[in-house]
Amino acid sequence: MEDRLVIQGIEFTSRLWVGTGKYRDFEETAKAVEASGTDVVTVAVRRVNILDRNSPNLLDYLDPKRYKILPNTAGCYTVEDALRYARLAREAGISDLVKLEVIGDEKTLFPDVCGLLEATEVLAREGFVVLPYTNDDPVTARRLVDAGAAAVMPLGAPIGSGLGIRNPYNIKIILETVDVPVIVDAGVGTASDATIAMELGCDAVLINTGIAGAGDPVSMARAMRHAVIAGRLAYRAGRIPRKLYATASSPMEGML
Amino acid sequence: MKIRLNGEEYTTSGAESIEELLSELGIEPGRVAVEVNLAIVRKADYGRFTLKEGDVVEVVNFVGGGSPGDRWIRALIP
Repeated sequence: MEDRLVIQGIEFTSRLWVGTGKYRDFEETAKAVEASGTDVVTVAVRRVNILDRNSPNLLDYLDPKRYKILPNTAGCYTVEDALRYARLAREAGISDLVKLEVIGDEKTLFPDVCGLLEATEVLAREGFVVLPYTNDDPVTARRLVDAGAAAVMPLGAPIGSGLGIRNPYNIKIILETVDVPVIVDAGVGTASDATIAMELGCDAVLINTGIAGAGDPVSMARAMRHAVIAGRLAYRAGRIPRKLYATASSPMEGML
Repeated sequence: MKIRLNGEEYTTSGAESIEELLSELGIEPGRVAVEVNLAIVRKADYGRFTLKEGDVVEVVNFVGGGSPGDRWIRALIP
């Protein structure tokens, strides 16, 4: 049976989503995205370079027919800015999807929860499919869903920190609290981090720095692809309970 | 006509509509969004939207990004 991720009727073939920032160039971006096997890439909205009109465009390297383009509101510190960027993204793109970010602190890049809730409510009312980047707080996750979020994207650890899933128990509680997909966004540093997120039962993982910042981004993209698949399969298979003492796996009968 | 385009002074070479401005700039309208004085102009209106002296015009597109950490390219935010 197909194990597909569906968010508000939109079907995704990959449970690994990839950010497109911080790569050396567009060639490397395209190769890493290809190796990751993803069908979703996040992008930011910025001014067109008027002075250098022949500068290459990201979408020349990532075909929107092949990849779902998920615009973010990266860099927005107020509700007003986040709404402005989201609306521009919808006009520039082809879908209602938005990865909503309202940042509350420069050092940690933790979300401004109050602003996030407010912006989620406005955009959901305007017909956006809102995927908010949030902290690992189950109460906030529930409030976001009440405000109209189509999924929640809790952080595993601060953006770009590579610290992995710092609070797996909260992520687990979020999974039990909300009935929308849960996508871990931020903090995944290496393949095992992605696997842990998926083994917890998360629906997908979004990775940017963990791939783009690796020594060999294309190889790491491949590693993350397998890590996410492994974690998902293990979650669905059902792991054995943890026990303090040994249980023999070979029979005692027939011993000499 | 003098406008403010993506944060810089810009003098049009005869363009009067958004459509003509984009054409003058060599920008493909399909992949951008245009805002004039903080209001988004829908693609369908590019031809009939007339620019005025002093308009503040923003033309944006998608760039590489994935994390909210890209603060150094917070282009639109003052």
